Amino acid sequence: MSEILLIIVGSVLVNNFVMSQFLGICPFLGVSKKVETAMGMGMAVTFVMALASLITYFIQSYLLVPLDLEYMQTIAFILVIAVLVQIVEIALKKISRSLYQALGVYLPLITTNCAVLGVALLNTREGYNLIESVVNGVGAALGFMLAIVLFASIRERLSTSNMPKWMDGFPGALITAGLMSLAFQGFSGLI
Amino acid sequence: MKKKSLLSVFMNGILNENPTFRLLLGMCPTLAVSTAASQGLGMGLSTTFVLVFANLVISALRKIIPDRVRIPSYIVVIATFVTIIDLVIKAFLPALSSSLGIYIPLIVVNCIIFARAESFASKNDVLPSIVDGLGMGLGFTASLTLLSAVREIIGSGKLFGVQVMPAAYKPMAIVVSPAGGFIVLGIMILIVNAVVKSVAKHKSAKAKEGIA
Repeated sequence: MSEILLIIVGSVLVNNFVMSQFLGICPFLGVSKKVETAMGMGMAVTFVMALASLITYFIQSYLLVPLDLEYMQTIAFILVIAVLVQIVEIALKKISRSLYQALGVYLPLITTNCAVLGVALLNTREGYNLIESVVNGVGAALGFMLAIVLFASIRERLSTSNMPKWMDGFPGALITAGLMSLAFQGFSGLI
Repeated sequence: MKKKSLLSVFMNGILNENPTFRLLLGMCPTLAVSTAASQGLGMGLSTTFVLVFANLVISALRKIIPDRVRIPSYIVVIATFVTIIDLVIKAFLPALSSSLGIYIPLIVVNCIIFARAESFASKNDVLPSIVDGLGMGLGFTASLTLLSAVREIIGSGKLFGVQVMPAAYKPMAIVVSPAGGFIVLGIMILIVNAVVKSVAKHKSAKAKEGIA
């Protein structure tokens, strides 16, 4: 139990995917102008990352390893993730119209979110078992959500405040993210 | 559409649409590996390899691939070349392979490669596509190497692993930490934007003089 707790704290705070491992930066910078959309993106990513951790675990240990095909890992994983995202999209459309409309645009974007492939690769590299993989996937996704929602709230404030003109846009956003990352570094002594 | 010359296609990737500084694509590997110049260079060249060959294959197959399944097809093509470069680096440069870690397989989801496949290779002939891949790749390599060289010099006083700063220089460790990555990149984009703007101003001023 304590090990699972360690994994959660580790992936949400200490090794936060966005702030210390640089995974999922594209959506982090791209869809963080509003808290609402950031929240939607975070939820969609959490859903897909949990499922992806689960399925890639089965693929790795019951398909690739027995058949000696570990070098096909990258291709197999990215295909699974692409299919998964598609299935989630179709399923959501049928099951929950409102959630589908809320997440709509962000779903296809998740395929190219490197956090999803990243968590699948990290799980196999760390040699996590099934439960640990899923917990790590959910934890990392929650860390992503935490970072993107915090960042979006800061950007919402910044957009109404008086920024120097030369800092507007991406330079300002990157420096803000840098300062946030500095704060996250404070967690590094936690484990 | 006017046919662009190969040279302008090539230069487009290096200057006007530089993936890192102008388009802000491929941020994850850019920030993650740019702590040492050799890593930046290695990452840049691997990405260039994948870009060139993925562009080549996708452009050659662009009439065969049905429009509806183009994204999965691109993914397979890109993942194939990423696997090749991953195995090659593992075999010949084990030190680079272990320092780049999961960021090599993650080239698959680098947005630069997707963006070029979708917006260039799927619409153009094979030769311009290769040139576009080469230009974009080298533009990415150049900016990545520049960024990582700056971070390495300030953050650890070295360049390509060789001590360049005087011994009395105390390295600023924050620059090679994740937070430093964001901040240095932000400052560099700021500088590049300022330079581009002043060049454009200069050009338009000259053009006005020409008319007068």
